[in-house]
Amino acid sequence: MNLAVRDIRHSLGRFTLTTIGVGMLLMVVMGMGGIYRGLVDDALVVTRGVGADLWVVQHDTRGPFAEVSRLPRSLVDRVATVPGVQEAREFVFHTIQREHRGKPLRMGILGLGWPIDKGQGLPLIAGRPLAQNHFEMIADESLGLAIGEKISLGKETYTVVGITRWLVTSGGDGIACFTSRDAQAIQFDEPGESVRLERQARRGRAGEIDFGRTQPSVLERASSVSGNIAALPGPAISAVIARLAPGADANEVQTLMGGWSDVTTYTQAQQEELLLKGSVDRARRQILLFRVLLTVISAVIMALIIYTLTLDKLHPIALLKLIGAPNRTIVGLILQQSLIMGVLAFGVGYIIGLRLFPMFPRRVLVTNDDLIRVAGIVVVISVFASLLGIWKAMRVAPNEAIG
Amino acid sequence: MDGPLALETNGLTKVYGSGHTEVVAMRDATMRVRRGEVVALLGPSGAGKSTFLLCVGLINPPTRGRVSIGGRLMQDGPRSLGDLRRFRRENIGFVFQKSNLIPFLNAVDNVQIVGELIGRPASQARRRAMELLDELGVGPRARNMPTQLSGGEQQRVTIARALANQPSLILADEPTAALDGVRGRQVMELFRNVAHDRGTGVIVVTHDHRALDVFDTVYEMEDGSLRPASRPETSAVGE
Ligand SMILES: Nc1ncnc2c1ncn2[C@@H]1O[C@H](COP(=O)(O)OP(=O)(O)OP(=O)(O)O)[C@@H](O)[C@H]1O
Ligand SMILES: [Mg+2]
Repeated sequence: MNLAVRDIRHSLGRFTLTTIGVGMLLMVVMGMGGIYRGLVDDALVVTRGVGADLWVVQHDTRGPFAEVSRLPRSLVDRVATVPGVQEAREFVFHTIQREHRGKPLRMGILGLGWPIDKGQGLPLIAGRPLAQNHFEMIADESLGLAIGEKISLGKETYTVVGITRWLVTSGGDGIACFTSRDAQAIQFDEPGESVRLERQARRGRAGEIDFGRTQPSVLERASSVSGNIAALPGPAISAVIARLAPGADANEVQTLMGGWSDVTTYTQAQQEELLLKGSVDRARRQILLFRVLLTVISAVIMALIIYTLTLDKLHPIALLKLIGAPNRTIVGLILQQSLIMGVLAFGVGYIIGLRLFPMFPRRVLVTNDDLIRVAGIVVVISVFASLLGIWKAMRVAPNEAIG
Repeated sequence: MDGPLALETNGLTKVYGSGHTEVVAMRDATMRVRRGEVVALLGPSGAGKSTFLLCVGLINPPTRGRVSIGGRLMQDGPRSLGDLRRFRRENIGFVFQKSNLIPFLNAVDNVQIVGELIGRPASQARRRAMELLDELGVGPRARNMPTQLSGGEQQRVTIARALANQPSLILADEPTAALDGVRGRQVMELFRNVAHDRGTGVIVVTHDHRALDVFDTVYEMEDGSLRPASRPETSAVGE
């Protein structure tokens, strides 16, 4: 006969309520782990998604995700000529905040290296990759845009052709993918008035120098589109990403480019490490500490609950001792109740979490490994929680059953 | 008046506390109970009756003196609490004034658990528990929880529990105090039948002088001293 189960059945209502309470606590423990995993995963999703072996960024910067990196577009061709590099593409990435349908819309802008990269490698859940090199975009579902929806950014209007899932920046904002030209156009969009002022200033400066006075065509050039002026650079890109030829060694190629004093290169592994050590590290440690705290609190609360449940049973426990029940029976009663509560609470937490976590604004990623770890922690907590109750029960004298 | 002894005590003394709070609750108590004998233990409040039962029941150790149960001397060599508890669950049955059933077990489970504690398989312990409840007339209430039973029914379930390990000694402390006269007498007769039919030694502490004719022997306790009393019919104990 299992005394633990009998006692639980006898006070089912109270046991159920307590278990649900502990379950919610465990759900938060699971959720904390999930938030942490989600954070790491979100941080890496873009770097992993673009399929780079090497990242070439502005000299001495930590790459396009940690800080601003600006490189000339011509670097793409330079990198492409390095032995061991199979293919080089521009990488454009920045975050903007605009208005859409009267609400602020914050998104990461990712430029795809058209025509090599049309977004076919993205986690699409609807629609299609880009089919033309202008005015199309692929948006993450967290941005709340629908396929076919038009959104104007800068001077142009872009149509959503595909939807991705869980493609977000390390800050949790949804990412929209454009061709890199479009992405730059959005980044460097200048209002007409500022363009006019800039041209006027240029013409003014040109008119003050000899060269401008003697060569009328210089004045004319100075007033035209900046892209036509050879001396002015085109808009910068954030990084160049390179894919290596089969068999090429990333470290060797990195050493080759190590001599270039205008850039720094990172392997994919280094880039991931930069991301985790840099932007996510504090958040990660913060969550970890919180999780430890919550685990301890759960243990304490469970210990108090089991202790109170035991206090309510002191008379029957004394009685059990009186009729000669061995300590094994009494320890078993308390320990089993604690374990049953722990296991059921784990289940409750898991089921509620399953429903609740998808509603969170950022991803809560509960992996099986983490679940197994939490389950292990729950068993440890349950055993620990029963100790206080067991200690109390052991001190009860059998004659307390009488009187 | 002979036969194997269920219980023998020699010079049992119990002193509670020490110094100026010292209470000698029991002094040189000597008693012999044969198997199949029902003994009544009378005495005013505070006389030391419960103290005697607790010492004999191996719950409180006596300060001095010896207890033998079923011919085995209990103070022989060092005995751990665990050993005493095992001896208790195998050889002694307890019935107390207030119903002492485990509240989260129904009637039959309360009896069955004793069988399981002495190592009987669950099915066998259950069959035995049902038999005992039937014998004591509470078979139809087997699945009721203790709170759903009347005081008399609870007391009969407790007696069934005390019998479940086939003890050589049953100790009952005012088992009928919560019952009316008729029911009280029924319980006392039950003890006598159990003792006579099963050869169990039974000691019943009671204040109820009307049922004393049921007992084979009557002891009286006063101020910690135990002595045999005259037969109830002849004694002029007025109440
Ligand atoms: N744990 C204890 N500590 C100190 N004194 C005790 C303790 N238990 C009992 N006593 C004292 O021992 C004496 C005998 O008590 P006991 O309970 O054996 O009496 P009793 O005959 O059962 O009385 P009643 O009929 O009221 O149940 C009393 O004076 C009581 O105060
Ligand atoms: Mg008493």
